[in-house]
Amino acid sequence: MMEGSGALQLVLSGDPALYAVVRLSLVVSLSAVAVAALIGMPLGGLIALTRFPGRAGVIVLLNAFMGLPPVVVGLAVFLLLSRSGPLGAWGLLFTPTAMVMAQAVLITPIIAALTRQSVEDLWSEYRDELNAMGVGPFQRLLTLLYDARIALVTVLLAGFGRAAAEVGAVMIVGGNINGFTRVMTTAIALETSKGDLPLAMGLGLILIIIVFAMNASAWGLRLYAERRIG
Amino acid sequence: MSDLPLSFSKVSYAVGATPILRDVDLVVRAGAPTFIIGPNGSGKSTLLRFAMGLIAPTSGMIDWNGSRDPAPRRRAIVFQHPVLLRRSVAANLTYALDQAGVEKSKQDGRCAQLLELVGLLDLADRPARRLSGGERQKLAFARALARTPELLILDEPTASLDPSATLALEQLITTAAREGIKILMASHDLGQVRRLAGDIVFLHRGRILEVASAKDFFEQPRSAQASAFLRGDLITED
Ligand SMILES: Nc1ncnc2c1ncn2[C@@H]1O[C@H](COP(=O)(O)OP(=O)(O)O)[C@@H](O)[C@H]1O
Ligand SMILES: [Mg+2]
Repeated sequence: MMEGSGALQLVLSGDPALYAVVRLSLVVSLSAVAVAALIGMPLGGLIALTRFPGRAGVIVLLNAFMGLPPVVVGLAVFLLLSRSGPLGAWGLLFTPTAMVMAQAVLITPIIAALTRQSVEDLWSEYRDELNAMGVGPFQRLLTLLYDARIALVTVLLAGFGRAAAEVGAVMIVGGNINGFTRVMTTAIALETSKGDLPLAMGLGLILIIIVFAMNASAWGLRLYAERRIG
Repeated sequence: MSDLPLSFSKVSYAVGATPILRDVDLVVRAGAPTFIIGPNGSGKSTLLRFAMGLIAPTSGMIDWNGSRDPAPRRRAIVFQHPVLLRRSVAANLTYALDQAGVEKSKQDGRCAQLLELVGLLDLADRPARRLSGGERQKLAFARALARTPELLILDEPTASLDPSATLALEQLITTAAREGIKILMASHDLGQVRRLAGDIVFLHRGRILEVASAKDFFEQPRSAQASAFLRGDLITED
């Protein structure tokens, strides 16, 4: 009980250090969603619309990658960015950029796989009409991505939820450096292990509120869009 | 570049072992509307999809004024259940105009003109997927006209419409035909066929049993199946 009210006080007090952590979490995860969307959406659309040998295998693999363990992704990006790694010269390890990279790797397969499914479903509905209008392959991809936009908002949300909630990848490549790479999930893990439960709970509460608010607004947007667009 | 005449030579189509069209020979030329009629499942929609170039025959060949390239040039289709884009009514039309190669600066004017023609000007900003059945068909019709077709293919466009919407669409079809657009249309509404058809192609079980002028077909059908069809019998025998 005591700890619960302490958590609430912390959240309401607007402690600058706490909000720096929250802000970094949002910046990192939203950037990761942006990067993953830029890669995953066209990729998913392309896989949906092209036929090539081994396509079924690629789809199975993509779906399997939706469940990549964050720590494994963190480790892979860590090896890539570490001093002796192939991208070591960039000096990105233990920076927010590295965290964005790791989360982007984690959720690109999610966005690509869900986009592929949406675009493929829409294509089976639109195929005859688009062919009858002589729509070329590139325009076809753009049209389907645009017309799948309501579903794709949900896809982005799934990616954001996964990125914001994971702790393993950002811990490994970010290092949970106070004031620099500390985000909500790594802070919660640290404060819990140190025994500062009010802070951990306060952060947990904020994390839940953010994810809840995101989902609620996406749901509202969807309702609105369905009424507007059909 | 013209899409007419459209010729089918010995076109057959099968899905697996099931024959759907058999040895179809047909030439569609400019002129009065040609109607494809026949019982449900006789292959009307399949024949129209060939005419549009949407599917390739199992054997035989199709050409449009000598060209065997199935990319649509001066032809358009209205499906029985048109699929409209998840955009506004006007955006559906400008999309079609864009695909038809109409310059951006002329699209808005042409869009308004087409909406006016089909009577949807007031609904320009509505989401297309929220239209009623009759409004959908009108928009699909306008979208087909956006291609300034020479050959307009219509697959039972009034099959699920009420009488007033049917009348409105029939008037649009008549107007288009009068302006020189060749109509190739499937219907199983004999009243409609009498009102609109110039020539008739009678399909039965994937075969063309008769090609005749509407007058000859209704006055003296040559096949027993066509006579039965005109009497409204359920034709099941070959
Ligand atoms: N892709 C397909 N696979 C299997 N059967 C098909 C396919 N397309 C059409 N058919 C069958 O071919 C027959 C003719 O269909 P269709 O051309 O739609 O007839 P109609 O338009 O005259 O009612 C029907 O029995 C239909 O079930
Ligand atoms: Mg049909």
